[in-house]
Formats: sequence, C-alpha cells, structure tokens
Amino acid sequence: MKLTDLFNDGKFVITSEAGPPKGVDTTKMFEEVDLLLDKVHAFNVTDQQSSVMRLGSLAVSHLLKQRGAEPIFQLTCRDRNRLALQSDLLSAYTLGIENVLCLTGDYVSLGDHPDAKPVFDLDSVSLIHTVKTLCAGHDLAGKELLGAPDFCIGAVVSPGADPLEPQIIKMENKIAAGAKFFQTQAVYDLDQFEQFMGQVDHLDVPVLGGIILLKSAGMARFMNRNVAGVHVPESLVNRMEDTEDKVATSIEIAAELVKGMKDLCQGVHIMALGWEKWVPDVLQEAGL
Amino acid sequence: MLVSEQKPLEEILHSLEGESTVFLLGCRGCAEASHTGGEDEVLAMKDSLEAAGKTISGWTALDFLCQKALIKTGLQPFRDRIMASDSILVMCCGVGVQATAAAVDKTIHPGCNTLSMGGSQGEWRGSERCAECGDCLLDYTGGICPITACTKSLVNGPCGGARDGRCEHQPEVRPCGWQLIYERLEKLGRLDKLREIHLPRDHARAEPPKSLRSTTFWALEQAEEQKGTEA
Repeated sequence: MKLTDLFNDGKFVITSEAGPPKGVDTTKMFEEVDLLLDKVHAFNVTDQQSSVMRLGSLAVSHLLKQRGAEPIFQLTCRDRNRLALQSDLLSAYTLGIENVLCLTGDYVSLGDHPDAKPVFDLDSVSLIHTVKTLCAGHDLAGKELLGAPDFCIGAVVSPGADPLEPQIIKMENKIAAGAKFFQTQAVYDLDQFEQFMGQVDHLDVPVLGGIILLKSAGMARFMNRNVAGVHVPESLVNRMEDTEDKVATSIEIAAELVKGMKDLCQGVHIMALGWEKWVPDVLQEAGL
Repeated sequence: MLVSEQKPLEEILHSLEGESTVFLLGCRGCAEASHTGGEDEVLAMKDSLEAAGKTISGWTALDFLCQKALIKTGLQPFRDRIMASDSILVMCCGVGVQATAAAVDKTIHPGCNTLSMGGSQGEWRGSERCAECGDCLLDYTGGICPITACTKSLVNGPCGGARDGRCEHQPEVRPCGWQLIYERLEKLGRLDKLREIHLPRDHARAEPPKSLRSTTFWALEQAEEQKGTEA
C-alpha cells in the first residue's frame, strides 16, 4: 500500500517508527511494532539512525511487511554510492516495499563509527530524482530496466530550521524532483508550525507533522541543546519538570500537538522512542 | 600549476540568463598558461558573448586572481564599469573565482572548470577552497564552493543538521557552508539560483587524465628555463 493512496482517500495519516536494533535480536523491536500494528498506517524504518551501525532498514522493512505492517523504507546517502542505492531500491521493490523516504543522512562523526568514510555521492534531492528515474524504467546511466519499480517517494523538511527559507526552497526542489509526501522534524510549537504550513500552502503535497514523545524535562533540554531544528518551548519543559506523572503529562502534551495538527496538515509522524505503549493513549486523547 | 578548462559556451550562456551586461575578468597566472583565461581567451570570450547578444562592459586580466588582497586594487580602474554590470564572468580556477567573489559584491560566474591544482590552493592559502572537481558550481552558489564549504559536499541546498549556522560536524570550527551560500545569494538578490536542481554529479571529472597531472608543471618549468636561457 502506498501512502499516497491514503492521502487520496482523504485519510489523516498516522505513521510511526521502527528502530532496528544493534544486533540480530528483533524481539523488542517487534514487540513495540505490534503495540501499534492496528493503530498507525505505516512505520518508518530508520537507516542506521544518527550514524550508529545497526541492523539494516531494507531487511527490517521486509520483515515488517511479512508481519502485516506497512513499511516506509528510509534511505540515506551517507553509506552508499549510486550503484548501491539503486540496487537496494530494486531489492526493496522486489521484497514488496512500496514507500521510500529519501534523506541526506547525518554525518558519520555523529555516530559510533566516526572513522568511517562518508559517501554522499548523491544528496536527498538527487536521490529522489534517482528513485523517480528507476520508476520510469531507467537507471542513472540511462540503461533500460527489466521491469521497473513503482515507489511512493517521501522526503523530510525541518519547519523549525533557522533560516527557514532555504529549507522551503529545498522542499520545492524535492517536489520538483518527485517527492509525493513530507514528514517533518519534531514540532512542539504549534504557532510556529502553523506559520510554516502557511508558507508552504502553495505546495500541493501532504505533510505529516513530526511528534516526539517527551519523556522528561531533561530530554527536552537535551534536544534544545543538541538536535537541529527542534525547539521545545519553556512552557512545555516546565510542565514536564513540575508534573508528578511524567507519562500522563507526556501523553497530554503529545495529544495536544496531534489535535492541533489535525487542522494544519494531512497527518502525523509519531516517534515514540521506546514509549510505543503510550501512543494508543495519545491517539485516543487526540480523538483519532 | 592549477589546470583549468573552459566551460562550454552553452553552459556559460545558461549561467548568464536574464543578464545583459557582463564584465570579463581573466587571470595572467595559471589560467593564461592553461589557455583558458589569459588575454587571448578573454577577448575570444568577448566576441562569443557579444555574438550571443550580451554587452561586455569591459575586461581585464590580472596577475594571479588567487591573490585575494590584490584583486580590489587590480579592479579599481574598472570599478564604475563593474558596478554598472549585471555580473562578472571570471575565467580562471575555482580559487580565483572565490577570491573575486569575496572581494566584490557582484554576481560571479565561473568561466572554467578546475581540473587539477597540483596540491596547491593558489596564492590564497588560508583554507582549502577548490576541490578540483572539474564541474564548477560557483555560478549557483554565489561564489562559495559547496564541495569544500559543505562537509557533505551537498549540491542541492542545506541538510537539516545545521544549528545556529554551524555544521553538525565540528560545529566549533565549521560554519554551515549552505548558510554562507544562502546569505551571499540573498545579499546579491540571486536566491533564484537555489531553484536549479543538480542531478547526480559526474565524479569521473574529478579525476583528470594522468598525463595532465604529471606533465603540466613540468611543461611550465621547461618553458621558464627556456625563457631564462634566451634572456
């Protein structure tokens, strides 16, 4: 199932995330996935997130598909050149994967193998172009494919970036290259998000607002210091600081954000980071 | 020596779209020796651009455009003509193009691709500015090279990793190259340049023929020695 089909049906699309483990024991990851199997439409499968070496997104996307979950295969330009990217895309399609999210990828120095050689042969825009080219029946060298894939292509945008203008221009370029939907970096400030959505109003492409469940005030402060494009307002940090029940307050905040987004964009992308069991409560409180 | 080749005229004309008046700037250093940006080539370019309907407001060729400190002095006599132009077409290696962009607040177009630098950054040695990629993009980026200024060498705009204008990699010493490019293009009123999508690059161009790498410096040294004998 392609995400675009859901948008075309007028659905408010809910996606979440499956984080492959470092190792081959997938038990915990699938326990988390199973909690949300009938609550969300699809799962992003991260591609060695934060440049930390893990089980691959292609294999896990395939396993999710077998389990009856719809995967969104994340693909970054950090670790593969254009031969490997194209080949993995063909492999993915033969394994039944229909949604792909194209990303630049973090720099290698952010992860646990900082001594690795970074690739970046392509970037997010030229990777989107590459997927579209494959779907049109050719590879990047112009050679005809024996059977073409048919992917729904996704991309990301960071509404909290400063300056925002180059992000929006890049978003437009991604659409021109073939992107059909966007997921955003985590949003905590609905006013700012509303402004962003106003600025991209002319772009006829669905946007899923990003939500990361806050686990503590410390986590919020950490993200404010270290995660690009994420800003948790002081009022939310204080609510997490003052609460007796961190889980309840976290659910409350996330539900408020989801509720607010229902009027602003076409879906939400919820990153639970281990708190998957609370996501159904978030969705229920948000009226979904 | 820095070896360059002229960009195809078609690509140069594409970069000049929407502009009518251009100042031509050549280099009497390596570009003259490469036959890509000396007086002869500048004058030939003048003819080609005029034939394509462009007005050439003036031209000059300076000694070693990579000598950033000397560019302003060298261009002083042409100041009014340059300021009245839409842009400057700079016919030399990537270091000279970037040095010119850093010296003059004008839209800069590179006229050449840099093929080989022989391990040198010209006379502007403070940083590694040209990666001799053989497919110069300085036209699109306000004269700041995305290959060397961006840690990931991205050519289609910034990633989402910069914070407060600093790169996610070594933020204490690395500004976000794309933020610098954005600010520069905004200052020049040329943000339209960010709207051109760059398809996967031809990385084979970064690897010039072995013969070119190993013989040009030798050839120049031979010529110099020859000159010395004649004098």
